[in-house]
Amino acid sequence: MKPIAEELAKKQREISVAEFFEKNKHILGFDSTTRAILTAVKEAVDNSLDACEEANVMPEVLVEITQTDKKGVYTLKIEDNGPGIVKQQISNVFGRLLYGSRFHAIRQSRGQQGIGISAAVLYSQLTTGKPTRIISKIAEDRPAHVCNLMINTRQNMPEVVSEDITHWEKPHGTSVEMQMIGKYLRDSKQSPYEFLKNTAIVNPHARIVFKEPDGTVTTFERVAESMPKPCTDILPHPHGVEIGTVMKMLSHTSARKLGAFLQTSFCRISQRTSDEICQKAGLDSNLKPEDMGIEQISALVNAFKEVKLMAPPTDCLSPIGEILLKRALKRNSGTEIEFAASVTRAPSVYSGNPFIVEVAVAYCPSLPKDQTITIMRFANRVPLLFQQGACALTHGIEGVDWRRYGLDQRGGKGIPSGPVMMLVHVASTKVPFTSESKEAVADIPEIEQDIALALQECGRALNRHMHKNVRIAKLREKETIIKQLLPLIAQKSAHVLNRPVPSIEPVIAKIMNSILVDSRVEYIDGNRKTHKVFVDLINYTKTGHEFNLYAVVPEEAKLAEGSGATAGANGKLSWKVKMEPDERKSVIFELSGLEKDDYTEADIYFDGIESHIIDGIDPWKEEEKEEVYETVDKSESVADEISEAESGLACKANKEE
Amino acid sequence: MAVKKGPAKSLEAFDQKFTNDQIPELSKATFHELACIAESVYDNIENAQIPAVSISSRTKNNIVFDETLGVWKYGKDQMQRSAKSLDGAYMLLRTMHTVDFIKQMMATKKSSTLREMYYISEGWGLGKFHDQQDSDKLVEDLEIITKKMREDFKLRPEENGASVIGNVTIEEQTRDGKSRTINCRDDVGDSGYGIPYNVEKEKIKFKEADADFVIGVECGGMFDRLSENRFDEKNRAVLVHLKGQPARCTRRFVKRMNEEMKLPVVIFTDGDPWSYRIFASVAYGAIKTAHISEYLATPGAQFIGISPSDIINYELPSDKLNDQDIKALKEELLDPRFNSEFWKGEINLQLQLGKKAEQQSLAKYGLDYVTDKYLPEKLAEMRILKR
Repeated sequence: MKPIAEELAKKQREISVAEFFEKNKHILGFDSTTRAILTAVKEAVDNSLDACEEANVMPEVLVEITQTDKKGVYTLKIEDNGPGIVKQQISNVFGRLLYGSRFHAIRQSRGQQGIGISAAVLYSQLTTGKPTRIISKIAEDRPAHVCNLMINTRQNMPEVVSEDITHWEKPHGTSVEMQMIGKYLRDSKQSPYEFLKNTAIVNPHARIVFKEPDGTVTTFERVAESMPKPCTDILPHPHGVEIGTVMKMLSHTSARKLGAFLQTSFCRISQRTSDEICQKAGLDSNLKPEDMGIEQISALVNAFKEVKLMAPPTDCLSPIGEILLKRALKRNSGTEIEFAASVTRAPSVYSGNPFIVEVAVAYCPSLPKDQTITIMRFANRVPLLFQQGACALTHGIEGVDWRRYGLDQRGGKGIPSGPVMMLVHVASTKVPFTSESKEAVADIPEIEQDIALALQECGRALNRHMHKNVRIAKLREKETIIKQLLPLIAQKSAHVLNRPVPSIEPVIAKIMNSILVDSRVEYIDGNRKTHKVFVDLINYTKTGHEFNLYAVVPEEAKLAEGSGATAGANGKLSWKVKMEPDERKSVIFELSGLEKDDYTEADIYFDGIESHIIDGIDPWKEEEKEEVYETVDKSESVADEISEAESGLACKANKEE
Repeated sequence: MAVKKGPAKSLEAFDQKFTNDQIPELSKATFHELACIAESVYDNIENAQIPAVSISSRTKNNIVFDETLGVWKYGKDQMQRSAKSLDGAYMLLRTMHTVDFIKQMMATKKSSTLREMYYISEGWGLGKFHDQQDSDKLVEDLEIITKKMREDFKLRPEENGASVIGNVTIEEQTRDGKSRTINCRDDVGDSGYGIPYNVEKEKIKFKEADADFVIGVECGGMFDRLSENRFDEKNRAVLVHLKGQPARCTRRFVKRMNEEMKLPVVIFTDGDPWSYRIFASVAYGAIKTAHISEYLATPGAQFIGISPSDIINYELPSDKLNDQDIKALKEELLDPRFNSEFWKGEINLQLQLGKKAEQQSLAKYGLDYVTDKYLPEKLAEMRILKR
């Protein structure tokens, strides 16, 4: 009898990419016809935006979806003004799975594995049998290359069907055009439209034009005037690597000794820490990297964890920024936004990977009040449209007690209800996705804590805004009473009794019995970007009063002359106000340097007087401290460790100076 | 019902001043009470006070048993309607308009239905009502403040009372000014005698009754069943159709039969929480009209069924209680009117059973079962019928 292994050997052979694709459709995002179109658009747009950023070009992306003569078959065209791709690489980039420039780099980027766009090419080819057409131009004075290609599914190699040179009016850029079987839906949370809208919000430097099969053209205008700060590559941090990665790094290194390898291949390893690691691992720092065995590598990786290291550099990350986030949300969310607050947290670290959390909370009066809020999730400026419930970004929202910030939430947990949109963005050199399909972020305590803290800060601002709305509504009610109803009540009671109409002035004073403060903001000058703020005060009481009036204005704004205000820290302006009985006056000031929508309502406060005398604004209160977020058990120790390490290094740096 | 158009011009013409002299003698006392409300508002304004009107709070927490009258009346809790709040200011404006409107009706010797007044308020600008419930409620408020009845205000409900069949003879002042003697069994058709909205002495006098008791029946189907089976003749009964929650005049009519003809009253309804409230409004007084309970309630009235025990004892076909039913039953446990051994026991039993039954479920045993077996049995238990 033959050994079984020989029998089995007959069945063992290479798996073709086509088979791999067929088996992993769900991971790659091509498991349904509706999703296929979305995924193809997403992969192409991600690539375009990454390429533009690398080339420092403000992205102009055109996405066009058209229905072909054949029912259920669509043509997708995605065109950008990026740097283009050199002729030799076109076929590799689009025609080979797992081929890309970013797989080995540690930086904040959209794509990573180099699987996305070639998977779309493969899906197109498998469903229609047609090649994908790529046009690319790399410079003004060079011709554009046209390339029709398919993927050889047996060898995972590109096959160029035809090649040509053509004229293209763009100075540079890339265009991809492919056909595929699909289903186009617009009104779904997971539609190409939703994806592009969300992409525009977190990429305020991009201009995206979208043409839909029915001919509708939507332009998502850019709201940023310049490119975001470029993201830079960093070396891996020892706390973020696993044995396999270290093995690969060892085999590729040009360093001759272990000590040198550690210092040149990782960030935050100095001569001193390198020695400490070797000592803890029981290894000689002169060991040759290629001679190291699995047990030695394992000891090395364990030693990484025992040594205190400075956190990885965080300047490699590129957040969107608070102002741009608000502006983009107002411009491109497609929903009327009455008020928005945003927070970009300071960079932080989990397991040796730097990350930044950004959130925005917007109050949208047109959204239903009794339904759960709208959530928008993003990782490295890419919208996450699937698996909302399984994502740490959602869990961050659910973990906050929103009842404290004026929203309905059953039991103080879960997704709150109200006419509110919340946006959460995590940028990191390594976003910890729950799976290869990159749909949800894993629950990392450090990330969740940062999200909660940022949301709480926005929550406070949201609550202030809603509170202000309630106060204004009350003010309007009082106005209705004194201006409309009371005169009629006086008239009608006099009519019934056949008596003269009594004067209502004394009653008005009794009902109001306060100094009324009302404010409004007008955008008066587009050229100089000037906002004019009016604070109107009416003293309905029978006595004179003196008090302090405060306005908190954005710190970027410049106060014009003649306001009479004393400017304090953090954009706090103050006035001393004195009012005689029955006096009416206005405090007026002008601010310049803000966009129209960046400043729509004034934050006005008072102090130095009993609070019941002033109506319409809140008493001044120093900002509460950040609440402590309770999920921290082990993350706390990690955070301590890092801050200790940081302060330790700061001392060292001082000494070196 | 939707309100269609703006006010007609003629309404404004109607809005003119009448002096107190133009108000007929009969209405003067009532008008004086109403004018007091307007006066207190007027005086408030003149004295630099925020105008306000106090009124008994109209909730089940503010009804107390009046020992001398034997009915439930409003207690001491008062609520303030003040121009300090938006709702209070609207209410005061509407009150002034309503008082003025009543004054005009008195001066011109007109009357209107509650619904007509609601439509007339279309011409009152900011003082208009947005819902007839609001205007009906305001009229009740005025009744409470002035201790008068809405009929005194020249306002009447649009619906009449329900039907009566039985050997009772009354004398009614009809619209032609003549008085007519009517026997509620022999002089009427199968639909019985229709109770008019006004059943006071100047309109209706009870002459004679050859009967042993009055039975108030919740639904029309059962009323017709008793009438078809000649329950009134066989058992010397007066049948009164309650038509659900009975109108004021139906309750007043029943009370007068009870007091003046000395007829005991029993109430026959479905076996669900809403029907117990029908019984309560007849026997104890309704929460909404507790200010006039002594005119409307019949303290001696007894509940005959369907009780939750009947569902078990007679094995009646039943439906499951829904969430509202359960909520209503639990509220009744907190209602002082149901604070008796009988009701506590029955309501708790029903909550335990989780079931309710209709009057007509007795048809399970045949069409005659209710008149031949169920009612005679229950009436004998109550010692109203002798077996």
